Amino acid sequence: MSLLSFLAAHRGEFLGLLVQHLFLVAISTGAAVLMGVPLGVLAARRPRAGAPIVWIVNAAQTIPSLAMFGFLLPLPLIGGLGARVAITVLIVYALLPIVRTTVAGIQSVDPTLVEAGTALGMTPRQLLRQVQLPLALPSIVAGIRVAAVIGVGTATIAAAVGAGGLGEYIFRGLAMVDPTVILAGAIPSALLALALDGALTLAERGVRSTLTRSGARPRWVIAALVTISIVAIAAAVLARAGSHQVVRVGSKNFTEQIILGEIVAQTIEARTRMTVERRLNLGGTFICDRAIRTGDIDVYVEYTGTAHTAIFRQPADTDPRRVFEAVRERYSSSALTLFDPLGFENTFAILVRGDEARSRGLKTIDDASKQSSRWQAGFGYEFIQRADGYPGLAKTYGLTFRAPPRAMDLSLIYRALADRQVDLIAGDATSGLIEAYDLAMLEDNRRYFPPYDAAAVARSAALLAHPDVRDAIASLSGRITVTDMRRMNHAVDAERRDAADVAREFLARLR
Amino acid sequence: MSTEIAFRDVRLTRGAMDVLRGLSLAIDRGETLALVGRSGAGKSTILKAINGLLTPQAGEIVVRGRRTTEWDPFELRRSIGYVLQEVGLFPHLTVGDNVAIVPRLLGWPEARLATRVRDLLQLVGLPADEYAGRSPQALSGGQRQRVGVARALAADPPILLMDEPFGALDPVTRAELHHEFRRIQSEVRKTIVLVTHDMAEAMALGSRIGVLADGVLIALDAPKAIAESGDDRVRAMLRPLVEASAALEGRQEP
Repeated sequence: MSLLSFLAAHRGEFLGLLVQHLFLVAISTGAAVLMGVPLGVLAARRPRAGAPIVWIVNAAQTIPSLAMFGFLLPLPLIGGLGARVAITVLIVYALLPIVRTTVAGIQSVDPTLVEAGTALGMTPRQLLRQVQLPLALPSIVAGIRVAAVIGVGTATIAAAVGAGGLGEYIFRGLAMVDPTVILAGAIPSALLALALDGALTLAERGVRSTLTRSGARPRWVIAALVTISIVAIAAAVLARAGSHQVVRVGSKNFTEQIILGEIVAQTIEARTRMTVERRLNLGGTFICDRAIRTGDIDVYVEYTGTAHTAIFRQPADTDPRRVFEAVRERYSSSALTLFDPLGFENTFAILVRGDEARSRGLKTIDDASKQSSRWQAGFGYEFIQRADGYPGLAKTYGLTFRAPPRAMDLSLIYRALADRQVDLIAGDATSGLIEAYDLAMLEDNRRYFPPYDAAAVARSAALLAHPDVRDAIASLSGRITVTDMRRMNHAVDAERRDAADVAREFLARLR
Repeated sequence: MSTEIAFRDVRLTRGAMDVLRGLSLAIDRGETLALVGRSGAGKSTILKAINGLLTPQAGEIVVRGRRTTEWDPFELRRSIGYVLQEVGLFPHLTVGDNVAIVPRLLGWPEARLATRVRDLLQLVGLPADEYAGRSPQALSGGQRQRVGVARALAADPPILLMDEPFGALDPVTRAELHHEFRRIQSEVRKTIVLVTHDMAEAMALGSRIGVLADGVLIALDAPKAIAESGDDRVRAMLRPLVEASAALEGRQEP
């Protein structure tokens, strides 16, 4: 699908994200102006007190944005998912250019003018308002311009914490390995940055010429900036007010998770009277876990093996029942409820071509190890390296190949198998490509891979308050087979269908 | 004649340097005192001490009957006009608004202010209709200095301090402004303290001349008396003047 037809098909959503994006940038830049200019003035007038201010905003700028979201998520008031934390991060990034240009603007005012103002009898305050600030204004506006342009770029990261904006498309596109969707986010945000840069450059020139040519006082500029800032902040506060009887459903940022998020959300919508807020496409396991602990989401689907090793940092265990019980226990001590598994596992899958499996009667990895010495294997880079990847697998099953395994990109590996470039691969058990290319998954009969059963995790408090939500989520346990999941992934990834539609059709068949 | 400004045994240091070393000086109402000296002789320091930009370490400075330390510094400065060599007109304000600064700080009503700005620009030879709305950047050096004088006179202060006011101008403009200065002074009758490194300018403008060397006043007298001084240091400062007039006389001989 071309970029233009994608945008045409998603016109409404696109405009919504664009407005969200602008909203994030406007509020954060506005707030940064209200905070940064006074800080800059302070720093310029009292260098001793001001040095630490400049030092702190400088240091804050060097923190990678994703890491900053991580720090801020668990904090009260400014933390949490959604626009609030995104705006906080954007303000931090906008402060540096604004504080810096305010300091520079004030310090670069001709000392003769400061002396003249003082000699004429201006108090320090009058000197600041009548001489230093007006003369520093072009420099300050230049700082606002830089801040806004940085903000447009940084705001794309905000999608990782569910704040929306054009970053939604970038993250969704990355998850779907679909360049068109990535570009649908990246190109408009780049254009937006250029447009803002152009508009504010004009404003800056306007201020400069107002200052130097006609001699009119730039009061209106200050008034306009302050008004815009205040309106933007008021709008943000209003937008946050009023949300109750809501269940927030989260998901990580790849196709399967988004489909599962939709399935959970639609099930709750169908079986309860609650309003469901979707916070899908959150930036990974870490962010989902933080979000559910802080109450920013009420439910999402996790994988038992991931929870066991990545969240609770336990040594890998290959017994599915034991892992499930251990994870459920640990969740319950954090006031979180782990539901019974949905019915499928998203684990590593050792795959061969379907025709080969049928003609040779290959069902398990043990079956394959008898033939493998004539084969060429293809694995992802990480799988080849990790001790719990290929080396352990080869040892457990006594696998030998014709040549060392070929390292390949995960997105190409299924096709390479279908095209007979390789004969055995390690893929993803729920990949839609397994059906599409008629591949066969060999059973891990010696249970080498840890279990990755998909199961919903929810906040126990939310379930206590709304037992019907508990029933709704529980109704999904054991209902999604690995074949169902593969088909749905395929429908979204390969057929480019909408995740919500695919989820709806699945649920219709389930009833 | 009453004393407007008095220095009593003033010692003032800036950094490690003694700039004024026990200076005593009385400046009378309505006189134009021209202070002459080389760079670093302490001339500008005297001006800054009068309007409270600098505070002496010892001794006292009395301005219009009150010690500078007793004045509210902003009130003191608003009652003293100040003209700088670099002029220091505010580039973001029009010529008219530059002139109006001190009256605005004093809270004058706009109507009175507008009349005042017109009168002052007229006084310094820049008709308001043509110049009030202009930006200072659109003026020549001499015109800017005229605006600087108008700004200093705006709130009708009894005292006017001028720090090398004509130092950066070309000789023709300078001579023209000297003439203007004497005309304006005859109209407004202010107590003026003017600082210059140029003895010729001091002779041309001062009703009295003070000669400064190393933070000490070495001579204080009427121009004629200064010209006839026997002090070596004063004579050294007069030498360029004498040589210039000798050269002039020499050329007139056939």
